[in-house]
Amino acid sequence: MLRLKKLVKTYKTGDQALKAVDLEIPQGQVLALIGPSGAGKSTMIRCINRLVEPSSGEVWLEDTELTGLSSGGLRRKRREMGMIFQEYALVERLTVMENVLSGRLGYVGFWRSFTRRYPQESVDEAFRLLDRVGLLAMADKRADELSGGQRQRVGICRALIQNPKLLLVDEPTASLDPKTSRQIMRLICELCEERGLAAIINIHDVALAKMFVQRVVGLRFGAIEFDGRPEELTPDVLTTIYGEEDWEATIEKVDDEDDEQSDTSLGKAAEVAAL
Amino acid sequence: MSTELDALLGQKWRKPPLVKRAWLRWALGIGFTAYLIAAFMTIDVNWSRVYEGLDRGAAFILAFTSPDFVSRASDIWDGILESIIMTVAASVVGIVISIPIGLGAARNIAPLPVYLVCRGIVAISRALQEIIVAILLVAIFGFGPLAGFLTLSFATIGFLSKLLAEDIESMDRVQAEAIKASGARWLQWINYGVQPQVMPRLVGLSMYRIDINFRESAILGLVGAGGIGATLNTAFDRYEYDTAAAILIIIILIVMALEYLSGIIRAKVQ
Repeated sequence: MLRLKKLVKTYKTGDQALKAVDLEIPQGQVLALIGPSGAGKSTMIRCINRLVEPSSGEVWLEDTELTGLSSGGLRRKRREMGMIFQEYALVERLTVMENVLSGRLGYVGFWRSFTRRYPQESVDEAFRLLDRVGLLAMADKRADELSGGQRQRVGICRALIQNPKLLLVDEPTASLDPKTSRQIMRLICELCEERGLAAIINIHDVALAKMFVQRVVGLRFGAIEFDGRPEELTPDVLTTIYGEEDWEATIEKVDDEDDEQSDTSLGKAAEVAAL
Repeated sequence: MSTELDALLGQKWRKPPLVKRAWLRWALGIGFTAYLIAAFMTIDVNWSRVYEGLDRGAAFILAFTSPDFVSRASDIWDGILESIIMTVAASVVGIVISIPIGLGAARNIAPLPVYLVCRGIVAISRALQEIIVAILLVAIFGFGPLAGFLTLSFATIGFLSKLLAEDIESMDRVQAEAIKASGARWLQWINYGVQPQVMPRLVGLSMYRIDINFRESAILGLVGAGGIGATLNTAFDRYEYDTAAAILIIIILIVMALEYLSGIIRAKVQ
């Protein structure tokens, strides 16, 4: 479904953010990308849809190689990759509905988007998605009137209305409280399952990642240090990814159903993981 | 407790000076004071001339107590109308042209060659003062409002493109990036990712520029480029201070009305 071959990104400053990364993600798999700040997680996600141009290597989305595409070809392929951002990245002066519909920009012509006359099926789909995430009543509110969790749900709708095959998710819970973080992660994973989407979720919170995903990839200094199931994340593995620290609080089994009690332990774990 | 801390405790603390070298600091201070004194000494005031001029100044100010709107009413009316037409036309044309140039002059959305060309246009427009442009255009197109209209349009481009470009450069990159990631084409990207972020500032600046254009149109008349300035100039030449006062009062009222209007409009688009 998605294959990265010897993907390298070297910034102008000489920093090597990615060192020949190889990765393959099958259809429908949700993968968490963990690693310390500056390990190259955001760069890797952005190299896939070329918001950051990779220096060398190949990115294959199904049967298409993305790094060699022209700007028109790239736009058509970007439609197949929904992206969810840290700090939501909604256009704050546009309404919720405009933000959601902006996910259809790759499919409609300039005049239709300029005059906000979207095809009826896009509008219906936007309403269905907003209803699915519980924000139907907010459709005509401006995006900056919403709370953090609500904004991120609008961000999810915007990515999904593209009808993507792959979701690129960059720190979806970075500025949310522990409970909202879980709700957002659960929502993303449920929606991926409903629609059979593959996803790369770039996340700081190791405990949260372990709760929801089938596969974890650990990145350190631009290279993959770990690739396996969440249960295989032992203190030793976390030490190779992040460096020396007491990991017991992070990997202890947290019960998903018992939100009250586990929120506190999750908060602690988040603290540890954020270091 | 560490020994470094021990050494510091009980010591006075001062903010480190901006210029570290003491001799340079003193030299700069003394040099600046000396320059200031020397500069004041060169100002040449002819006090007897000032004394005579006080009467004329007083006559001018007193004229505001009895402004004469009537005796030159048709001249004033024509001049004001011409100024307003010049202002509106020049502002509309100037704003429409300065939007694409402003987009091109923003480094974060324009490729380098486009950026250089647009910045070049902005620099030329800003380097040439309105009066100089007006004199040149009067020489080319003759006396009348056409020269004034072209001058104001030209000046608007430099002003608005530069400030719009700077607002675009300081916008939130991630919001625009999110729109790009959806596969939007360039115009859609500008319309959804950039325009909403810079719109309030663009509207505010445009209103401010209309304001400036109206005031400039009063000045441009002095060099024959049409508008109320020509009437004002004639009134001064004939020592008709009461008529001049009437014109100035009308200009002040129109500028105040524009200020009020701009306040309302900016509150709407916030």
